[in-house]
Amino acid sequence: MSTATAPAETKTPSKDKALLSNRAKAERRLGWKLAGPAFIVMVAVTAWPILQAIWLSFFRYRLTDPDAREFVFLGNYSVIFTDPVFYQALRNTLLITVVTVAVELVLGFAIAMLMHRVVLPRRTLRTIVLIPYSIITVVSAFAWLYSFRTDTGYVNHWLNTITFGAWDSAFDWFGSWAPAMSVIMVSEIWKTTPFMSLLLLAGLAQIDGAMEEAAKVDGATFWQRLFKVILPNMKAAIMVAVLFRTLDAFRIFDNVFIMTRGANDTETLSTLAYKQTIDRVEIGMGSALSVVLFLMVFAIALIFIKGFNVDLAGSRK
Amino acid sequence: MKSHRRRSSVAMVLSAVTLTVGLAACSSTEDSARLTWYINPDGGGSNPEGGGQAQIAAQCTEAAGGAYSIEIQLLPNSASDQRQQLLRRLAGGDSGVDLMSLDPPFIPEFAQAGYLAPVPEDMVEAFTEDRVESAVTASEWDGKLVTVPFWANTQLLWYRKSVAEAAGLDLEGGNVTWEQLVEAADSQDVTIGVQANRYEGYTVWINALIAGAGGEILVNPGPALEDIELGLDSDAGREAAAIVRSVADARVGGPSMSTSDETVALNLFQDPDTSGFLVNWPYVWAAFPANGVEFIDDIGWAMYPATNDEGDPAPPYGGISIGVGAFSEHPDLAYEAAECITSHEHQLLYMVGTGNPASRASVFDEAEVVEQFPMADVIRDSLEVAVPRPQTQYYGDLSTAIQRVWSPPNGVDPDATPARSAELIMDVLRGEALL
Repeated sequence: MSTATAPAETKTPSKDKALLSNRAKAERRLGWKLAGPAFIVMVAVTAWPILQAIWLSFFRYRLTDPDAREFVFLGNYSVIFTDPVFYQALRNTLLITVVTVAVELVLGFAIAMLMHRVVLPRRTLRTIVLIPYSIITVVSAFAWLYSFRTDTGYVNHWLNTITFGAWDSAFDWFGSWAPAMSVIMVSEIWKTTPFMSLLLLAGLAQIDGAMEEAAKVDGATFWQRLFKVILPNMKAAIMVAVLFRTLDAFRIFDNVFIMTRGANDTETLSTLAYKQTIDRVEIGMGSALSVVLFLMVFAIALIFIKGFNVDLAGSRK
Repeated sequence: MKSHRRRSSVAMVLSAVTLTVGLAACSSTEDSARLTWYINPDGGGSNPEGGGQAQIAAQCTEAAGGAYSIEIQLLPNSASDQRQQLLRRLAGGDSGVDLMSLDPPFIPEFAQAGYLAPVPEDMVEAFTEDRVESAVTASEWDGKLVTVPFWANTQLLWYRKSVAEAAGLDLEGGNVTWEQLVEAADSQDVTIGVQANRYEGYTVWINALIAGAGGEILVNPGPALEDIELGLDSDAGREAAAIVRSVADARVGGPSMSTSDETVALNLFQDPDTSGFLVNWPYVWAAFPANGVEFIDDIGWAMYPATNDEGDPAPPYGGISIGVGAFSEHPDLAYEAAECITSHEHQLLYMVGTGNPASRASVFDEAEVVEQFPMADVIRDSLEVAVPRPQTQYYGDLSTAIQRVWSPPNGVDPDATPARSAELIMDVLRGEALL
């Protein structure tokens, strides 16, 4: 808390340096002294690996053959941007991001509304809704994998029953691109919708109840109240929720890794980077891919914050 | 102040590490060296009386009479994860890796990277005597023995006697070809359990098919990248691709052939309604009763199927060799321990305890083995002719590239797939493509 408020306090006087009183100066110095060590540690553990990854991305470097390390400058990047595998992974990543975030937003909002309105078992309800989010992603990925597999799964049997036998009970969900991607996305949505709804619930709680009541008195329908009063008033919360989830979804790894390992063209950018770095120990190529992934995530954050005017600090107050 | 703080925290971490190492060293007797053996999971787990590697470790520690003690560390389940963990430790120069249970395809990569301590000249004979041919070949790199053959594995053809009889297949009389198998399975409406998921097991199958047609994935095993010559784009490659495609087209590979691994294939064979044939490692023999299979008396076994009428079958080779870490502080003791681990007595114990076949031919004559494994002679014959996977330090890339191009099996085109996979391998090795 104290670190979050310190910069906010010093922000106002910094606009006009001449007006900075001695006390404010002293407070600012104290602020730096208090937050400085943490800041240095943060730079050391984030900036250093990023810089090292950028440096390594200019080399052809296999961990098992360090003597053959060779400076190729942008060679790795040119391979990445001319390889269809990269574009396939990019398309998959974008598809997963767009679909899961959109579905999660709608579902998450519905659940948030429910949690907001329901009074009686409020705490129990919130706990239940949060259960999927508290499960480790790898575990939930295995659960979904086993339920959809032809040998251990029950989903095919259920579908077969409710369609009166029309559904092939031996349907191989992971045998081709579309069904495999669907399972990956369903699992992702199931897992992270609670997170979305929690952020949206915080937004809902911020809305002044009087405004909604006024609209009600004026005769506004539910949908009119939703689109004219509720949504515009929680725009900041929605944008923050969408930003966080977009950044998360763009880096999807666990579900793909557990379910398909990238087979049947289901590779995503993270699994592709993992494959080069960890499987193939091609540190150079893996670093180049990681840098590309980093730049894309950075661009998404920038677009949201600058383009849509998402005020991260404001919504936290 | 900053640097002082950093220095002091570094010092703290260092002293904590030294303290831990010091305490650990004190825990064993003072003049006995502690060797750490990284083992792949087997039926014995980490139980010192479980009949697995943990028991061998305990017995060898006792037999050493205080010269060394072996402590085991469990590696992950899958072979690729085992490779990853060992590789990362060794790349970091970890002196705590004394002994490791290595899957044969990764031996060249480790040897070429200098991660294996050289085998003492005077021990080579002891490490190769009485061993089946394929186990010795798989433990070598660049003409030298670099690891110690421990146990040796090979795939057999498992079948329902009733199905084979109904289809008119004589599996006890001689070799059967894949074509005959597919026809028989198709006519009897049963399945052939194969491994065609995009994983290492698929390369095992493809390698066996190509070798069975007299071909080789890698024509000249050796260290240099520029010398690599691939034999995929050949008649043998095309024949192998045609077989994979025919299994997929006839739909005898089961409903989830494109994602089937050893377990899925085993489950397929255990389903009494559709079970017909299965190619798998001998561990399945112990799995049948454990999984409650009711038709065990109807299960037969034979040599791995041949690719065509002309050539002999080339069964896949698997197993484990013992490697000694290059950064170990006691390589001599580690090799002594490896000799103990791979002794006749311990290979017998291991085969009986876990069902994993020995690399020593004489073990197969032991009464216990003959009693417990009625197919022991077929396993030994299969091991004598088994063909290891391509030996190259780039094996990982080569295998992954093959799996990618040959997946899914129903998309394999005999005229294009082998050539395309060869092209991708070369592009990847030259750093011109992603994998």
